[in-house]
Amino acid sequence: MNWIAIGSIADIPPRGARCVATPQGKIAVFRTADDRIFAIEDHCPHKGGPLSQGIVHGAAVTCPLHNWVISLETGKALGADEGSVRTIPAKVEGQRLFIALEALASKAA
Amino acid sequence: MSEKLVIIGNGMAPGRMLEHLLEAAPDRYSVTIFNAEPRVNYDRIMLSPVLAGEKAFEEIVIHGDGWYIKHGITLYKGHRIVAIDRDAKTVTSDQGVTESYDRLVIATGSVPFIIPVPGKDLPGVLTYRDLDDVNAMLLAAQSRAKAVVIGGGLLGLEAAAGLKEQGMDVTVLHVMPTLMERQLDPAAGYLLQKAVEARGIKVMTKANTKAIIGDGKVEGVELMDGTIIPATLVVMAVGIRPSTALAKEAGLDVNRGIVVDDRVRTSDPAIMALGECAEVGGHVYGLVAPLYEMARVAAAGLADGEDRRFVHSDTPTKLKVTGIDLYSLGDFADGEDREEIILRDASAGIYKRVVLQDNRIIGTVLFGETGDGAWFNDLKKKATDISEMRDTLIFGQAFQGGVSSDPLAAVAALADDAEICGCNGVCKGKITGAITAKGLTGLDDVRAHTKASASCGSCTGLVEQLLKLTLGEAYNPAAVQPMCGCTSLGHDDVRRLIKAKGLKTIPAVMQELEWKTSCGCAKCRPALNYYLVCDWPDQYADDYQSRFINERVHANIQKDGTYSVVPRMWGGVTSADELRAIADVVDKFEIPMVKVTGGQRIDMLGIRKEDLPAVWADLGKAGFVSGHAYAKGLRTVKTCVGTDWCRFGTQDSTGLGIRIEKFMWGSWTPAKVKMAVSGCPRNCAEATCKDVGVVCVDSGYEIHFAGAAGLDIKGTEVLGLVKTEDEALEVIGALVQMYREQARYLERIYKWAKRIGTAEIKKQVLNDAEKRKAYYERFVFSQKFAQVDPWSERVSGKDKHEFRPMASVGFAEAAE
Ligand code: SRM
Ligand SMILES: Cc1cc2nc3c(=O)[nH]c(=O)nc-3n(C[C@H](O)[C@H](O)[C@H](O)COP(=O)(O)OP(=O)(O)OC[C@H]3O[C@@H](n4cnc5c(N)ncnc54)[C@H](O)[C@@H]3O)c2cc1C
Ligand code: SF4
Ligand code: FES
Repeated sequence: MNWIAIGSIADIPPRGARCVATPQGKIAVFRTADDRIFAIEDHCPHKGGPLSQGIVHGAAVTCPLHNWVISLETGKALGADEGSVRTIPAKVEGQRLFIALEALASKAA
Repeated sequence: MSEKLVIIGNGMAPGRMLEHLLEAAPDRYSVTIFNAEPRVNYDRIMLSPVLAGEKAFEEIVIHGDGWYIKHGITLYKGHRIVAIDRDAKTVTSDQGVTESYDRLVIATGSVPFIIPVPGKDLPGVLTYRDLDDVNAMLLAAQSRAKAVVIGGGLLGLEAAAGLKEQGMDVTVLHVMPTLMERQLDPAAGYLLQKAVEARGIKVMTKANTKAIIGDGKVEGVELMDGTIIPATLVVMAVGIRPSTALAKEAGLDVNRGIVVDDRVRTSDPAIMALGECAEVGGHVYGLVAPLYEMARVAAAGLADGEDRRFVHSDTPTKLKVTGIDLYSLGDFADGEDREEIILRDASAGIYKRVVLQDNRIIGTVLFGETGDGAWFNDLKKKATDISEMRDTLIFGQAFQGGVSSDPLAAVAALADDAEICGCNGVCKGKITGAITAKGLTGLDDVRAHTKASASCGSCTGLVEQLLKLTLGEAYNPAAVQPMCGCTSLGHDDVRRLIKAKGLKTIPAVMQELEWKTSCGCAKCRPALNYYLVCDWPDQYADDYQSRFINERVHANIQKDGTYSVVPRMWGGVTSADELRAIADVVDKFEIPMVKVTGGQRIDMLGIRKEDLPAVWADLGKAGFVSGHAYAKGLRTVKTCVGTDWCRFGTQDSTGLGIRIEKFMWGSWTPAKVKMAVSGCPRNCAEATCKDVGVVCVDSGYEIHFAGAAGLDIKGTEVLGLVKTEDEALEVIGALVQMYREQARYLERIYKWAKRIGTAEIKKQVLNDAEKRKAYYERFVFSQKFAQVDPWSERVSGKDKHEFRPMASVGFAEAAE
């Protein structure tokens, strides 16, 4: 897998998110209250809302446009809503953050 | 002819006796009551919540005037009986009324003990026994000055907590080394002292009062060691003495209390005594549970019904100070033949101790976590041999034999005769029986039919669990809508507890109020963040991660993920320079749409998030600040042209609108607040459908509120007419502050006003000058921290991370 460094964990506030720009669109990288890191496409399965702008709680984010709740672990909509968004492998090494870009490339291919 | 029953004293004990008597023998007696207190029967226990401002007197009345009329009972309010003539069988009041009796009941209660020190009669020295005392304390508290409470027992601590809640600086003096030493062992007494001190109340133990000093009124308390503590109010809560003088004069047997047998009969067969004034089997009592049992015995005796006899039992002690949980029962002194089991959890502030004799519980002290009190009480009462569960006993019922830690399961496992309500001696079986037999569906029903949870209320949770258990899905708990799935508490409870427990961070709220999720959800976090901003303006650090995106980046998110920006145009007035600056920004950032809003200002739509700081920087140079078009906060103050231009204008509506907007901008509110000022009743600024509106008239300014013109349409209510702009500002500031402090998150003013009543709002912000001032001052104080332009803050670098991607990756590869 092709791990690409995207910055340090300190760049993202706890219970917050930042974006990474890629040729296929934005990837939202989340940091939970207990410092776990997740990356998903920044595109709500409902109407494309920017998930990186939502409120982060537990391992989930609430979309800022119409309040769908998306699991950061599976990318699936929780509760009654149906839909899912692609998850991207992410990891923390010391302070440094990486996402696996190959997964993206394979989608583009 | 029915027999004549006369009752001296109209406290909690005879009140309860009458209820039983009316049930058993409704027509047997014609009843006359004399009460020295000039009022009906009320729940004395709940005076502390009244003092703390959590309840109104009306809410603690047990029998209102209508009740006496309905039952044909004559109540002489404000009549103190001064003589009993046992030969003539009459009683005489200090107002000169004489009444004859066939049966007489003495229920004169207790009088507070006053330590005989110099200065004890000075004005400003109070006791804590009845509503007059509470009213006097509330009056004294308005000065926000210093209070000293002498006595660190149940009453003293409740008084101290209430006075503190009312804004006084409070010191408790206690003569013993630890607080509540008669109910708590030293370890629990120490934890209690810490908990009391944590609320800002000073505690001095081993403090022996020598004198109360002052010239004409209280100025302080002097201790034996010479220390002087300044005070304008001194509350003596050092104990009570049964009120027996009347009985003694009438020649009845009196010891510590009026001596009665186990059917509460005095030495005169025509006279009974019950309540705190009575002494049964050598005991006198100061908690309601045994008094209520006496009431049952007395009613049975008067009705010639069952042969009911009084049996002594220990009553658990609880302290009614929100946020301090303690429970004490029975005998917990050390002894040769006793052993004890102790659990301490210092970080959680928990201490539990059970004292055993012959493998049976004889005493329990619980601090910090008291849920198992009823269970320990039950084991003690039944003298259950606990050898089998010795190892896990202290962990409570949930840890015994396979019972899970689900609170419902714990209640389900209680025996039918386990006591649920200590005050009223109501057991589980009686409650579940009544729910089934009478088809009860809610807490109030259970209170009405069984009395359970109707006195001090500390068993309310248990009663609700019994309702849930018995009714299953059909039980709809008290219609209190929980804030969200993370808690079972409603908004009002959470707001009250944030204040009462002094909670100042979101994690503290979630920890102390036992949130079910680790870090809340998108519903509760913004609400909690607002409540904390509102309640602790100078201390709370705003949690931006708990704000909705619009409030986090100070712009409105659009459907395509771009943003719109609306600068403030004070009162809807702009200028050539401002318009030019806007035009330049629109060109420079290629903003696709510029629109005049319904709020008298200009909206720029479709701005890229990355551009926001630069847009603000340019707007800022022209003097613009954020219009908060995104905020649960002050939005716009629309105005019309007023006296400056309009031929009908009566006042400077534009000027006043601008003044209000400059005064109120930046404040966070439960939901958005929109205002308008019209220069005459033609009302061109549409002030009569706003959250707050002003309609100018010749004689002054008519203040309106609680209008709506969005999802609902509703004309405003008139709050009142004031003469000057200054007064208008004060009333509006007070109104908005009251709304800020009381409403639920996302509740617009009109909904809040409907819920609590517009009359109540008028009373507090218009009629009561002092309340108004206090609200107004709190608003002004919080504005000190709120009026910071969020745009210029971000231009100078705050929250930089919000506005740009953390990295750009993969572009080079894609190009290859
Ligand atoms: C821009 C504007 C429409 C316009 O082009 O004129 C507007 C735009 C929006 N309104 Fe409005 N409202 C605008 C004036 C009004 C008015 C008229 C007024 O303020 O005089 C009302 C009726 C009065 C009222 O507030 O009750 C109004 C009642 C609403 C409501 C219904 C509120 C309610 O409780 O009934 C919502 C929905 C909400 O807040 O939950 C809403 C929500 C919105 C939102 C914020 C929808 C959203 O959540 O994204 C729109 C944001 C657009 C944007 O990005 O700028 N807007 N909205 C007006 C901005 C005024 C300003 O200068 O700040
Ligand atoms: C602030 C406070 C908090 C308390 N908290 C608790 C608690 O949490 N739990 C608990 O179990 N108990 C509590 N108590 C104690 C409880 O309120 C009393 O035990 C109970 O009210 C006593 O009832 P009673 O009928 O004997 O007397 P009272 O309720 O005191 O009534 C006596 C009445 O008789 C009147 N009276 C006296 N002399 C005469 C006369 N000569 N002629 C006519 N009328 C006369 C008095 O004015 C008074 O109204 C508390 C008490 C106070 C003051
Ligand atoms: S009325 Fe308000 S909320 Fe509805 S579309 Fe128009 S701007 Fe948006
Ligand atoms: S776009 Fe995310 S909830 Fe509608």
